[in-house]
Amino acid sequence: MQTNERLYVGRPTRRVEGKLKVTGAAPYSAEQGQEGLLFGVMVPATIAAGDISNIDTSAALAFPGVVDVFTHETKQNVAWWDRKWMDQTASPGHPFRPLHSERILYDGQPVAMVVAETFEAARDAASLIRVSYRESEHVTDIRTVLDESYDPPKKRSGIPAAPKPRGEPEAAYEAAPIKISADYWLETEYHNPMEMFATTVLWEDDEHLTIYDKTQGSQNSRDYVCSVFGLKTENVRVDNAFVGGAFGAGLRPRHQLFMAVMASLKLKRSVRVEMTRRDMFYLSHRPSMLQTISLACDATGKLQSVIHHAVAGTSRYEDYQEVVVNWSGLAYACENAKLTYELTQVDTATPGDMRAPGSASGNVALESAMDELAYAAGIDPLELRIINFAPYDQNDDKEFTSKALHACYRQGAAQFGWEKRNAEPGSMQEGNELIGWGMATGFWDAQLQNAAAKARLSSDGHLIVSAAASDIGTGTYTMMAQVAADEFHMAIEDVTVKLGDSTLPQTAVQGGSWTAASTGGAVQAACLAVIATLLKQAQAIKNSPLKDAKADEVTVRDGRLVLIINDQTGVAVADIMAAAGVSFVEEEGKIGPSKLQMLKYISYTHSAVFVEVRVDKDLRIPRVTRIVSAIAAGKIINPKAARSQILGGVVMGMGMALHEEGMFDHRSGRLMNHNLAEYHVPAHADVENIEVIFVEEHDDLASPLGVKGLGEIGLVGVGAAIGNAIYHATGTRVRELPITVDKLL
Amino acid sequence: MNRFSYVKATSVDHAVDVLTADPAAKVLAGGTNLVDLMKYDVERPTTVVDIKRLPLGDIEALDDGALRIGALVSNADAAYDRQVEENCPLLASAILAGASPQLRNAATTGGNLMQRTRCYYFYDPSAPCNKRDPGTGCGAIGGVNRIHAILGASASCIATHPSDMCVGLAALDAVVEVSGPQGKRDIAFEDFHRLPKDDERGDRPDLDNTLQLGEIVTGVRVPRQAFGQNYTYLKLRDRLSYAFALVSVAAGLTLENGVITSASVALGGVAHKPWRDKRAEDMLKGQTPSREIFTAFAERILSPAVGQGDNDFKISLARRAIVRALAQAASGTPQRQSQKSYA
Repeated sequence: MQTNERLYVGRPTRRVEGKLKVTGAAPYSAEQGQEGLLFGVMVPATIAAGDISNIDTSAALAFPGVVDVFTHETKQNVAWWDRKWMDQTASPGHPFRPLHSERILYDGQPVAMVVAETFEAARDAASLIRVSYRESEHVTDIRTVLDESYDPPKKRSGIPAAPKPRGEPEAAYEAAPIKISADYWLETEYHNPMEMFATTVLWEDDEHLTIYDKTQGSQNSRDYVCSVFGLKTENVRVDNAFVGGAFGAGLRPRHQLFMAVMASLKLKRSVRVEMTRRDMFYLSHRPSMLQTISLACDATGKLQSVIHHAVAGTSRYEDYQEVVVNWSGLAYACENAKLTYELTQVDTATPGDMRAPGSASGNVALESAMDELAYAAGIDPLELRIINFAPYDQNDDKEFTSKALHACYRQGAAQFGWEKRNAEPGSMQEGNELIGWGMATGFWDAQLQNAAAKARLSSDGHLIVSAAASDIGTGTYTMMAQVAADEFHMAIEDVTVKLGDSTLPQTAVQGGSWTAASTGGAVQAACLAVIATLLKQAQAIKNSPLKDAKADEVTVRDGRLVLIINDQTGVAVADIMAAAGVSFVEEEGKIGPSKLQMLKYISYTHSAVFVEVRVDKDLRIPRVTRIVSAIAAGKIINPKAARSQILGGVVMGMGMALHEEGMFDHRSGRLMNHNLAEYHVPAHADVENIEVIFVEEHDDLASPLGVKGLGEIGLVGVGAAIGNAIYHATGTRVRELPITVDKLL
Repeated sequence: MNRFSYVKATSVDHAVDVLTADPAAKVLAGGTNLVDLMKYDVERPTTVVDIKRLPLGDIEALDDGALRIGALVSNADAAYDRQVEENCPLLASAILAGASPQLRNAATTGGNLMQRTRCYYFYDPSAPCNKRDPGTGCGAIGGVNRIHAILGASASCIATHPSDMCVGLAALDAVVEVSGPQGKRDIAFEDFHRLPKDDERGDRPDLDNTLQLGEIVTGVRVPRQAFGQNYTYLKLRDRLSYAFALVSVAAGLTLENGVITSASVALGGVAHKPWRDKRAEDMLKGQTPSREIFTAFAERILSPAVGQGDNDFKISLARRAIVRALAQAASGTPQRQSQKSYA
């Protein structure tokens, strides 16, 4: 008897586009172009707030090779209403309009763009533009405007508001025998994917454009361009076939897209605009945040109260929102909880979603506070978490579709050797080094989005699957090929995956860790629809051996449509298509969340992160020597790419814990470390031993494939676990990230 | 980036002629610093003199045991040269503490001496900076100054010199060989870089060093190191690679019968130039190595140290680094740059 076994899904699989990428044959947005392409270079504002009083472009305009200079004085033929400028992921407010007026809203805001026949001429001419400003008062440090914080009146779509308080959190806190309360401070962080944001617009005529854009959503960019410039959806194609990382920065259309399209339409030429590394620091950021958290437990460690308040920075023009405090109400079982989230405005660009937005930030406070509580209670930090395991989501009163967090704790602790830990801070030493072991739990949503995909099987046995979804470096191409190949039991080499094209079937932006589940499910549905059509065609054949079969009883194996239980019974696909008079069968598949199921269930990914740090006893410089990250995220389609995802998330968590911070001169309101020499992320030398464990987690409800998603979870928990390990090593509790040496002296 | 004339120097004299004729000319060798600064619009030379093809790429042993390292020897070649490893391992170690392998492959000995500060305000042409644009003020004073000077700063500049190699050269009492319109001359290493304010030229943070108009570095002479294994280069930074020193210490001791007979200590990351205090070094002479005497030395050399706010911690960090570096040197266990923990 045959089963419907899977050859690729669940097995380590090499990236199908890997060779293209490593040989340079995969073109990115800034590598597209054609004869006669023009080049745009932007000029950033150098004040935080005020107005442009004068902008002198004469020298730039006179520069050889310069075609045009765009400023706020350039007449724009664009939409008037704010809602026309709102993309799928926008926050409530007034979306930023590049070169719209003389008003300066933040340091680094583009104030001009030079367009020239060569990049060099554009860059040279851009340095000749002289801008004078009338400065107004500004604020860039949220700690000076905490008294102006507010509950955002309009909620961002897709971002649940903080839940209402439950129980009697204040009274329970007061009454509890063991309690802690602390403030946690996070500096701004910047996404800085390796690839710069870039757009190449190929101008066909006034109404037809092909746009190569670095984005996490080709259809989001297309809709934005069409809405802002009044173009027809069918006349604009946006391509993002290859994306060199984005980490959330590409969820919203960025200025280079607007600038390139504006210049292209005005000049009736093809135009490329590529950002500099410096420009990348002015796009968006993980907001700075002050969190106050109070936890209380009884003598046995049972949580009695969770009170978590966060104030995050946002811009003057949009209320950026993310889920920061809600996690504290569902992470552990507790009858009394009060969770509040507010914003306060500063003169910066609007913050944006940055890998594990909200969760990574809130987790630093919650999981550090859990460590503080464990010490206050004299209970092992891992044990405290197990004692307070939440069997259901108390925020929403819903069941989890699955939660293999116990397995994460168990397997992670065993791999790490947690049982050998001496809880006393500073008790573990080797040579000059204090050794610290810390841990934390991580949480992220497992979401399913509406998604569509097409599958097209040819009579020669070749399969093409396609969806508008992006592969931002995460391995989407390979996953889709794995899913599709398995549905037809064919070699992965016979599958072509097309992604990153706005004309392909509709999907959401790639973010939130939902692409594998959503687009993967749609690809599977499309493949099953092809099989169903083949069956109908086969049954039209006279004396068809499959005449009584139902769609869920057949599959394709070795190029034949056969009964799953007996592959001797079947018809060759080529014969079916020949009989039907077709050379291919193409079908679309769609999936989406079940509203009914969502009334009862909610779905999350979980992790347990164990960290070893070593801190020189005199020099006090911390380094991370070992991390074990145990992940429960449902079905793992490609363990190889999945491991890479988690490694990347862990390293980003190390950056959050130890390195990354925007350094503002609050006197001028300007960011001063706007380059990768001075804005530190971990170097290779900083990254030592990272072990990733995927625990078994079966989940039929989270998504049709049983997949929960991996994009964010690797990062969540790392920051707190490192801070906790540093406390264990040194006895110093640092509540301000990043934990640099100055905070440990 | 501005427009400039490009001249390929055919000889040292040719380069000197071009530099003399155009005070706004700059020398291009490895390009790892100058080209970046030109892209950032910080350096705006009218002429770029490319000396990369000049015959200054050799390391030679001199009769007195010193080594002459040509200005165009790459940092990588210098660090891994056998004569350098054997005669002055302190220098090799200091070089390997700097930058990244890719940068060390391109960067040159002369260029390392000539590299400019990493001050955020210097690097941002729209920020005030007396070093970049004299008279515009110092943004770093009262601003973001985590990486700035605690020693020898002036009221107009608190920048630091970013080199690791130069800290090693300072501790080794190297000599800088230069050629200029008046011919060749030697400059003692401690006289090559200058503080932002000195008696000779006043408060001139725009001048990093004492080169005269038209002069070019052709090489450095490094005396044979007398420290044996009693040396170290200890660099403390915010991450383990590709980061400039918060504090670094080049230390060398000579010991006879367990007693210190001479000491040489240079500090990096703390001043406008590699910082030495020879009178403080004298207090180590005749002493038996101990944590107490090293601490006393650290207190002495840091006694003029002043924090600027963000960088206040550097005073404490420097004290700890000096004590550790001297302990490493005294015990003959130099810090290996490939080792992530501190010896």
